[in-house]
Amino acid sequence: MNLITLFVIVPLGAAFLLPILNKIWKGFPDWVGNLVSAFLMGLSIWMIRSANETIVYFVGNWEPVQGIPIGIALVVDGLTVLMLLIINIVAFFVMLYSISYMSHYTDKGKYYTLFLLMLAGLNGVVISGDLFNLFVFLEITAISSYALVAYGVEAEELEASFKYQVLGGTASMLILFGIAIFYHLTGTLNLADASRVLSGNPVTPPLYLVSALFIAGFGLKAALMPFHAWLPDAHPSAPAPISAMLSGVVIKVLGIYALIRIFFNIFGLGTVPFFLNILLVLGTLSMIAGSFLALGQKDFKRLLAYSSISQIGFVAFGFGLGTTLGIIGALFHLVNHAVSKSLLFLNSGAVDYATDNRNLLKMGGLSQKMPVTATTSLIGSLSISGLPPVSGFWSKLVIIVAAVQCEQYILAGVAVLVSIVTLAYYMKLQQLAFYGHLNDIYQKIREVPLAMCISMVVLAVFSFGLGVLLIPSLREIILDPAVKVITDGIQYSKMVLGG
Amino acid sequence: MILYILSILLFVIGLYGVLVKRNLIKIIIGLMIVEYAVNLFFTLIGYRNGGTPPIITKGMGEQIVFVDPLPQALVLTAIVIGLGTTALLVSFAVRIYEKYNTFDVRKIRKLRG
Repeated sequence: MNLITLFVIVPLGAAFLLPILNKIWKGFPDWVGNLVSAFLMGLSIWMIRSANETIVYFVGNWEPVQGIPIGIALVVDGLTVLMLLIINIVAFFVMLYSISYMSHYTDKGKYYTLFLLMLAGLNGVVISGDLFNLFVFLEITAISSYALVAYGVEAEELEASFKYQVLGGTASMLILFGIAIFYHLTGTLNLADASRVLSGNPVTPPLYLVSALFIAGFGLKAALMPFHAWLPDAHPSAPAPISAMLSGVVIKVLGIYALIRIFFNIFGLGTVPFFLNILLVLGTLSMIAGSFLALGQKDFKRLLAYSSISQIGFVAFGFGLGTTLGIIGALFHLVNHAVSKSLLFLNSGAVDYATDNRNLLKMGGLSQKMPVTATTSLIGSLSISGLPPVSGFWSKLVIIVAAVQCEQYILAGVAVLVSIVTLAYYMKLQQLAFYGHLNDIYQKIREVPLAMCISMVVLAVFSFGLGVLLIPSLREIILDPAVKVITDGIQYSKMVLGG
Repeated sequence: MILYILSILLFVIGLYGVLVKRNLIKIIIGLMIVEYAVNLFFTLIGYRNGGTPPIITKGMGEQIVFVDPLPQALVLTAIVIGLGTTALLVSFAVRIYEKYNTFDVRKIRKLRG
């Protein structure tokens, strides 16, 4: 029995027990959901100590025969530890926030069941060392998030979820098609073994087809620019905690993480300019389009959703630079964005909870009545728009410096411009929602309940102070192992299989 | 070879259905066609000419060719996942029909911007 299996077993088991427990006592879902996610958060923090090594566990003890893996492998290395930390820490605070927020809705039991199922899928995707297994976990996450997006079953939510399902389903099929050709080429589904098989052979045209299918499939899941159409509908339609999970974690794990793992560690394309240029172009397009589309939005959550497209573009852009500095910047920005965007979605939920309104033009002056929400959302906005000394500034700075080092002066300029536009629409959001004249109908609103405040404040502290991750002694513990996994490229197979 | 090309053609037909059709049910059917095409393709990859089922029985010769059993196991999993997604899609189509009284995507447009 290995600790890493618990990341999947515990939430999955809890998800199946909840519908029964819910029948016994209505209070169970809150307790089970929060205890499970607290446990997972503790476990993921405990995993930090093994970030510098590679732990491999073969499910059912199907050990490799003559060096060829035959069972499903679970792999934990530096990158996995970082992703587990992001997933489980954000999930815990979102879960805490849900206790009060979800009392708006009926049937909390089903909500927590789906949430835990999604959590199991997310953890599964990052610890899986097997391509098909990764696909199965990806589908578990996707199906539960389809259902969660439409949790309110209003007309708009159903419509958004249907759109999400059709595009998400197409993406899954593209990925599965890629996996089929991939299996034909390598004769294995174990990522490390496949990497070893591929590294001996020259790149063949079928591999280009696989790459194209994976870029389209995972690009759709990550909502990179030409594939972004579902995100601005799906993310705002979900209940606020789910929007926080979707924007903060799901698009990064299903899209960016899978893309980076497969292309950098398995295909060894991390040094191929053609592939890096694709990431650069997709990233730049998403950055520009997302930020300009966000400028014109009047809906609180829709603005945040467009901003997510723009920021995920920053992450892809950083990876596309291909240098160590670029990868540090991208990973760091991924962490920062996960925390600040979840925080902002929770803020939008708090405003919605208090005022029952998401239209920015009808708000104003809310900081008088909701000081905690206003302050935390200001910190989140500053972090995402990248003003010093908030953490988002440092990650953007690293990415832009990396771009200049690669002599991509125009793209560095674009990144600066996008940051300014980002600042503009976040200032607009702050101005319209929290400052100015208080609307008369909102004279009687109050600050949201304590549990919601706690999660917002903690996430705000994180998004204010995560800049400390760049301090060398802390960087060595958390960021550097993850960066090392990516820059080592196809050394991954040696780390996993030995030899 | 022709079989592989035909299953890719099936994939493209399904994709055409998803992209072009205006009716929710037809979009779902398009997605199902895509799924079947991928499953078919996957099974074909495991096929060996003159292969027998990969079950070892008594009195078997030495030179037997087995078909690859792994893709079949994977396709079985993929079919189950496909069942889940399709069931969810159809139930959503029903709920959308209750709200909008139509299956036409051009009339289901409350979300804009």
